[in-house]
Amino acid sequence: MTVGIVGYGAHLPRHRIKVEEIAKVWGADAPSFKKGLGLVEKSVPAPDEDVITLSVEAARNALVRAGNLDPQKIGCIYIGSESHPYAVKPSGTVVGEAIGAFPGCHVADFEFACKAGSEGMFVAYGLVKAGLVEYGLAIGADTSQGAPGDALEYSAAAGAAAYIMGSKNIVASIDHTYSFTTDTPDFWRREYQHYPQHAGRFTGEPAYFRTVMGASQTLLEQVGMKPADFQWAVFHQPNGKFPMRVGKMLGFTTKQMEQGWLAPRLGNTYSGASPLGLTAILDVAKPGDKIFMCSYGSGSGSDAFVYTVTDRIKEVQGLAPLTTDMLDKNKIYLEYGEYAKFRHKILKAEGV
Amino acid sequence: MPTARGWREYPQRYRYEAAVCKKCNKWHFPPRLICDECKGQEFETKAMKRSGKILTYTTIRVPPAPFKDQAPYLVAVVEMDDGPRLTMMVTDYRDKELKIGQRVKLEFRRLSDDGDAGTINYGYKAVPV
Repeated sequence: MTVGIVGYGAHLPRHRIKVEEIAKVWGADAPSFKKGLGLVEKSVPAPDEDVITLSVEAARNALVRAGNLDPQKIGCIYIGSESHPYAVKPSGTVVGEAIGAFPGCHVADFEFACKAGSEGMFVAYGLVKAGLVEYGLAIGADTSQGAPGDALEYSAAAGAAAYIMGSKNIVASIDHTYSFTTDTPDFWRREYQHYPQHAGRFTGEPAYFRTVMGASQTLLEQVGMKPADFQWAVFHQPNGKFPMRVGKMLGFTTKQMEQGWLAPRLGNTYSGASPLGLTAILDVAKPGDKIFMCSYGSGSGSDAFVYTVTDRIKEVQGLAPLTTDMLDKNKIYLEYGEYAKFRHKILKAEGV
Repeated sequence: MPTARGWREYPQRYRYEAAVCKKCNKWHFPPRLICDECKGQEFETKAMKRSGKILTYTTIRVPPAPFKDQAPYLVAVVEMDDGPRLTMMVTDYRDKELKIGQRVKLEFRRLSDDGDAGTINYGYKAVPV
């Protein structure tokens, strides 16, 4: 049985902050941060946006692209994030209630740094393939925080991508998938800690590059394909530089990657990152196109997928907002003070 | 907002479920037991389209306690494309988008929370399009 994506949707906050605006507060050199991270600006969630609200909007767009699928047919909902609003109470309970999928539905929240979204995609795909559910909804979403002044503050952004997996009316089949996991402590957040910690340059070669290369090379070997066989490729994008570098190390070209390369204008949306890049690719893909995707989650692991786009893609692309439109239009720029208020970085007196 | 009250309002706050009179087709939101147009008592549950326009608006500068962190904020009366007129907060707007007749869509947003340890209340807000 062929299983794949039957509907997809994205949702991005409208607010942005530029690298220069953050750098001037901390006395940092904006041009060197822009060059070093490959970022121009990042998205910022409004105070009334969180992983649940972004996920609901992305899921609604996915349902529309799935031909206004009856949400009662969705048998599982998995939301991958490292910024779930509740420590105990799954985000999926609110999302499922809001889209009308309950009560006959299996729900779980996933967490694996930046690859929790692709984990959800893998599990939803697997359950449909096994015949346990007719349709499965997987969402990657985050509203992550970087500590003030830390390099992560320039990149930690917000966004969500939702995928409905099924075996009928597929827009992109999942042909193969492979996961690569090791114990590599490059980025973590201990319980009750507000901000994550990272191991500086250790997050590069031994973590991101080794893991993404490991997953991607193995999957390419397993399917007997080479980078030139794909029209599109998307990798996890913790900044603007890593995905392009790892893609070129594997043999992909800028042309194959630039459509899904959102980080320079969006920042790192963590669990939403490579899934959001995939939505931007699906927005322009043509029937028959092959897409390569590889996520990365610190800790560490990668999920790699090979997709083939079907004829139905042309019918659904225009049914919901395009990802690049949400990225580039109707933006509202914030000053650092507004950003600090939005992200609850200001310590207020009790009761004020 | 009390947890139980919020829970009872999910069909409207989350899914925009209205009661449509089977006799005269008038949309009621929130649902009611007797149609104020034709006195009909049979209704069909339908989800409203998430679009409408601003009829009027005001800025709240002295808010009730659950919304104190959000002030100043905008509250508008929005006429939904399906007919009902709803009072709701407006979010993600630029000043030039604040005008009577402005088209809006309803987005799922946080409305308030019961402190740092309490439940989070979700529902709809208007966003200019």
